[in-house]
Amino acid sequence: MWRDTVLVAGKDLRIEARSRVALSQVVPFGIVALALFAFALGPDRAPMAKAAPGLFWVAVLFTTVLAVQRSVSVESGDGARDGLRLSGLDPAGQFLGKLLSVGAQLVALEVVLTVGVVLLYGARIEAWWMIVASCLLGTLGLAAAGVLYGALSAGLRVKETILPFLLLPVVTPVLLAGTRIWQAALAGGTPSYGSPWFHLLIAFDAVYLALGVVVYGPIQESA
Amino acid sequence: MTTTAAATSATTPTAGPFPPGLVQSPRMIWTTRIIGIAAAVTVALTVWLGLWVTPPDKVQGDLVRLVYIHPGVAWVALYLAFGLAAVSSLLYLWPRTRSLFWDRLAAAAVEVGVVFNVCTLISGSIWGRPTWGVWWAWDARLTLTAVLLILFLGYLTLRRVPAEPDVRAKRCAYAALFAAVDIPLVHFSVVWWKTLHQGATVLNANLSPSIHGSMAWTLLLGFVALTLVFVWMLLVRYRIGALEDYLGTGELEVALLERRSEGADGLAAAGAADVTAPDVTAPAPAATATAEVAR
Repeated sequence: MWRDTVLVAGKDLRIEARSRVALSQVVPFGIVALALFAFALGPDRAPMAKAAPGLFWVAVLFTTVLAVQRSVSVESGDGARDGLRLSGLDPAGQFLGKLLSVGAQLVALEVVLTVGVVLLYGARIEAWWMIVASCLLGTLGLAAAGVLYGALSAGLRVKETILPFLLLPVVTPVLLAGTRIWQAALAGGTPSYGSPWFHLLIAFDAVYLALGVVVYGPIQESA
Repeated sequence: MTTTAAATSATTPTAGPFPPGLVQSPRMIWTTRIIGIAAAVTVALTVWLGLWVTPPDKVQGDLVRLVYIHPGVAWVALYLAFGLAAVSSLLYLWPRTRSLFWDRLAAAAVEVGVVFNVCTLISGSIWGRPTWGVWWAWDARLTLTAVLLILFLGYLTLRRVPAEPDVRAKRCAYAALFAAVDIPLVHFSVVWWKTLHQGATVLNANLSPSIHGSMAWTLLLGFVALTLVFVWMLLVRYRIGALEDYLGTGELEVALLERRSEGADGLAAAGAADVTAPDVTAPAPAATATAEVAR
């Protein structure tokens, strides 16, 4: 399973490294989103700094949709999905591989967005460890749920439009938890405030990781 | 739609049995009717008790009468309908109990549940405006209800994507499962996020209702009435779903059969003079006409 994970993740990341779609389209989309939020909230930096945690996570959520769609579409041509299914790779490994690839891209994007939030919105981060932990845990959950819903919608002709509708409400807990942890991190980082939210993120990750490992194979068979 | 297809299938006896089993059985139809009548009677009783018999509240005045409807609707929407949908979806996915019955039951439960969910939000809003001063507050239970509504609207959207019944059933069952496991997570997140909704009145921790007399009985009757309405709507919706599936798969077979029989008629009419030509050319316009009739 782990070997297959590495294989699939390597394949997806290699495609991204060569096609540069993530670098030239997905990441710039995140930056555009940051700029749009800034225009919407006016030129004063105070409201932007206050709203920075939420805006950061909304931008991450929207970009997750793009990253998942990209991850599905690289396998949509040339019967690649059937090929993967016939390859004998462990479905759980495929799930984890795609998750790793999407997750890695999201982490890279989050680094860029964090810098953007600090520079453009003037957010002052007091507790870096909370930022890093919430991003890693949140990304894991987003990628797991994203890859699952990506697989579910992969065979549909309406996949581009139905994926955000199905995925975004499901990841509400990640948005709430991530935002609250970020707020705590900006406010000076009181671990006691953040801890239930960390538990929630861990629970979300565990649920969708377990679900993905178990049902990714059957979904591929049926879609 | 039903009559045309029924007529078509009547002309082609090979199109398969019309009633899909359980759906068409007289006992089922009578059960549905009796539940429907019981629902109408209990709803009427609730309305009478709620609007005329029970006294207005000391604090809330006539506004309190919403309490006979709102919790009942919410109970159906949030627990009964979506619980049933989740359980049915799981039973569909479980290989030993896999049957389209569970799929249709889940679909019917979600659809009726969405209606009740919207009613919950509307009745809650009507109560919230004079009481809290706002139509909508980002309170935990309200938010959870709204998120549930969106999740299950997504399920219904996915259901509308055309597919074979088996494929669709599996896909939707997974979607319901993914949404269902999310609900506890959403619940905790919005509870920690914010809460100002009043606590449960009847089913509170020590199970002693905090309201009394005719009001309590009307409230309980409201629960019974709305549960009956739910069951009735569920049965009717299930029946429609089963007939839809039957028509969806039946139509194609009917059209194929008719086209074949017309091809054979054409052959017979043309006689031995030209055997191949009518088979190729004549049925083409006839087939489109058949398809329209079947539709």
